[in-house]
Amino acid sequence: MSTRRPIFRHPDLPKNDLGHTRKDYEGADSTLCAGCGHDSITNAIIQACFELSIPPHGVVKMSGIGCSSKTPAYFLGKSHGFNSVHGRMPSIATGANMANRDLVYIGVSGDGDTASIGMGQFAHVVRRNLNMTYIVMNNGCYGLTKGQDSATADRGSSSRKGHPNPFEAIDLCALAIQLGAGYVARGFSGDKEQLIPLLKGALQHNGFALVDVISPCVTFNNTATSTKSYQWVRDHMEATGTIDFIPPRHEITACYEPGITQNVTMHDGGIIQLCKDDDTVDITSRRSALDALEHHREKGHLLTGLFHASDQEEEETHTILKTTAKSLNSLAEEQLCPGNSILEKILDDYR
Amino acid sequence: MIKIKSVNDFVIRFANVNGSGSASANNLFAKAVFRLGVPVSPKNIFPSNIQGLPTWYEVRVNDQGHLGRRGGYDFIVAINNRTLKKDYDALESGGYFLYDSTRALDDNFDRNDIILVPIPLTEICNREIESPKLRQLLKNIVYVGAVAYLLDMDLSVLKDSITRQFSKKPKLAEPNINALDLGFDYAAQHFKGLCELSIEPCDRLTNHIMIDGNTATGLGALYGGATVAGWYPITPSTSVVDAFDKFTRRYRLDEEGKCRAAIIQAEDELAALGIAIGAGWNGARAFTATSGPGLSLMSEFLGLAYFAEIPVVLVDVQRTGPSTGMPTRSQQSDILAAAYASHGDTRHVLLFPGNPNECFEMTAQSFDLAERLQTPVIIMSDLDLGMNDHVCTPMQWDDGRTFDRGKVLDHDQLEAMTEKFGRYLDKDGDGICYRTYPAAHPTKGSYFTRGSSHDEYAAYTEDEQAYKRCMLRLTRKWETAKSLVPKPHTEINDDTTAWGAVFFGTTTQSAQEAFERLADRGIVINTLRIRSFPFQDEVADFINRHQTTFVIEQNRDGQMRSLIINECGINPDRLVPITNIDSMPVTAGHIIQAMEQTIDSSKAPATKPDRGEER
Repeated sequence: MSTRRPIFRHPDLPKNDLGHTRKDYEGADSTLCAGCGHDSITNAIIQACFELSIPPHGVVKMSGIGCSSKTPAYFLGKSHGFNSVHGRMPSIATGANMANRDLVYIGVSGDGDTASIGMGQFAHVVRRNLNMTYIVMNNGCYGLTKGQDSATADRGSSSRKGHPNPFEAIDLCALAIQLGAGYVARGFSGDKEQLIPLLKGALQHNGFALVDVISPCVTFNNTATSTKSYQWVRDHMEATGTIDFIPPRHEITACYEPGITQNVTMHDGGIIQLCKDDDTVDITSRRSALDALEHHREKGHLLTGLFHASDQEEEETHTILKTTAKSLNSLAEEQLCPGNSILEKILDDYR
Repeated sequence: MIKIKSVNDFVIRFANVNGSGSASANNLFAKAVFRLGVPVSPKNIFPSNIQGLPTWYEVRVNDQGHLGRRGGYDFIVAINNRTLKKDYDALESGGYFLYDSTRALDDNFDRNDIILVPIPLTEICNREIESPKLRQLLKNIVYVGAVAYLLDMDLSVLKDSITRQFSKKPKLAEPNINALDLGFDYAAQHFKGLCELSIEPCDRLTNHIMIDGNTATGLGALYGGATVAGWYPITPSTSVVDAFDKFTRRYRLDEEGKCRAAIIQAEDELAALGIAIGAGWNGARAFTATSGPGLSLMSEFLGLAYFAEIPVVLVDVQRTGPSTGMPTRSQQSDILAAAYASHGDTRHVLLFPGNPNECFEMTAQSFDLAERLQTPVIIMSDLDLGMNDHVCTPMQWDDGRTFDRGKVLDHDQLEAMTEKFGRYLDKDGDGICYRTYPAAHPTKGSYFTRGSSHDEYAAYTEDEQAYKRCMLRLTRKWETAKSLVPKPHTEINDDTTAWGAVFFGTTTQSAQEAFERLADRGIVINTLRIRSFPFQDEVADFINRHQTTFVIEQNRDGQMRSLIINECGINPDRLVPITNIDSMPVTAGHIIQAMEQTIDSSKAPATKPDRGEER
């Protein structure tokens, strides 16, 4: 089953600051199952990039293996993509980012790709604070191999196979916060009002940003007994609040729902505005974020929204390594090769 | 008893405890021999351990320039009590045994065919050196001073070396020089005329350098324009990246002191190669360095880079396998694992450096090859080459040389294109397609890289014909590679001899010594040194012109022989394996013995009668 996008587009489609329409951010037709949560996330990525006026060719799309990892083919068709090997996207993304620090890096992975086979690489790309947006399309199962439980499946949850999962679930958001990620959020593929601003905040974050998106697998894991089904998520979802991403040089509007507002300024002057019901939550604090996650887990709720956005000046990998400001892949030969007279000087140390 | 007597031709072995500072003292000695113009080859035989286990440092001095391992020891400096007896027993008859006589030798040290050189090293150090911390370190320098006297060496060369070594901390030079004098003076007072081994300055080495292969490899990566390195620590490859790091800090800084290279210590070897592949894909010259266990882990990614056609350089400094094997011993045993790394039909370009000069040259060249061929290039070094110092001719860089960045379409070329860009379209018929870097053009040239089956436009395909076209094009590219990789070095010494020999890498020194000695006995052998894979026609032609060809290598199973049989379609009977698996660098003696066995049992005339000169 594949989803075909309409060919006809209204001539007066809205344009962004670069003069592009949303269509310029689309990719190939999806080959995922009809109703797959991943397609909704794909659309949210398209919308976020469109709204942020990111050049449609200026993104590098990275993925591993699995249903989720196919999606980079379905958005930003003018950008290069790299569908690597299972669980190894973080290292490929690290190398690509080292070669050219001027592009926007979006990694798409799944729960199997990240929380099982790719757990090591995931943990270390967080530690390195690579400047990228890492999106997990989290459905709690291995779709492409027909529905085995994954490491994010909740204990006791059962998929279409009918056996309750006996193992503890890995919470990727809690893990990322512990490992020092500067931006950590969880969305739901069924709630694009929440997801798009979460993605926009992630894309503007300087450093590693994780957006874990619960994305029901309609074919294998959308049963009444699954905690990753549309119904269960809708019934148990609690949000940290309503978030909005305000780009630089835009007026901050008042909170549109009653509550407490917390603003976090991004490195480029953009502002994340969180309107929340609970003023004890402080998204700039790791501890507060972990407490909130644990609190809701105990209650059997699924907490979504922005958990953590660091207000500290983050050191991303290039800053840590003190690499030159110019992208490494653009350096000319004379900047790289010291020449023969220097070689002779070097060799004097070996005489 | 006949003392071993020789000028500039002997082997001296230092037996120490690792972590005691002996390595730099022993290196000081080897460097001094080198600076006297005498060909020298030190080999560090060290444990996989940081402190407390036995370690040996073997130095072969040979003014004929034979610098492979010889085997046998003419002079032993025995500083390690735990191996004292073993070292004592290992000494050649008529050899010299220098030991710390602060403690007397046990009664079972009862050889009467060797010369004892007792020096109370500990006692001297305790008496003469105030700082207890320095005593241990300087004890090593004291014995070097004594050895210098015994071998008639010019002490000023050693002192000069120390001064150079501590040029930034001259205060440290003084106690070292004093220690050198202590040893020298003691030996002068007690052992005048005792030792008949000596080192005389000679002019065999003119412009030569003494450098380890890993440093030369790191230097090659600097000159080859590498900007990204992903790596994971593993003996014996670690010093490749250390060297690259050191050179980039000096020669790759921009005006603000920021580095024009990114070196990332990864979480494992998988990630290390992944980082290099990601960078290579995005247009940076990138590499990783590892050894056998890392190569095994990297197989998955090598398959991806082969199939998705991404340039990347991998330096494999081979060690003794299988599994963890002997991490600090040398071997040439990753040949097949590297050549065919990864599942499915894969083949990788291999380069086989034989000395540090080639480590430099081939590493620099490997980036050109990887980008031209859009595929992994693996440099097959080994521990002996990588971690030991070798005397070689100095590297040179032609300032007119430019990097070959391969077939890459830039913005203007894409702009001018009228047809649709196809990442895997073989437009030139050489199997190599055009690639683009991300963000090269706003609307043209983007593609989706994948390790899954893809068509000419990089789209996923399960069309069997498209898959087949892709795989067959890769074999076409393999043919193209043959015209680009370094050619073998062939020496035809006799048009009519029945014997050929094929070897590569660190086997070279000992093999050449063996051939010279066999020629002295009237056995003439033509030789071919493999320098790369895929094999050019020269390899099969060489083998086919001889009745029998020896394949000399340092592993158990004759991996290079298997590769030749498989790739060149050679009848296995024509290839006689000569292998060395004692985890020590192969000796000329071992090669000669194995070759003579075959030659003697053969009825074929080995030589033309008028050429041989029997001894």
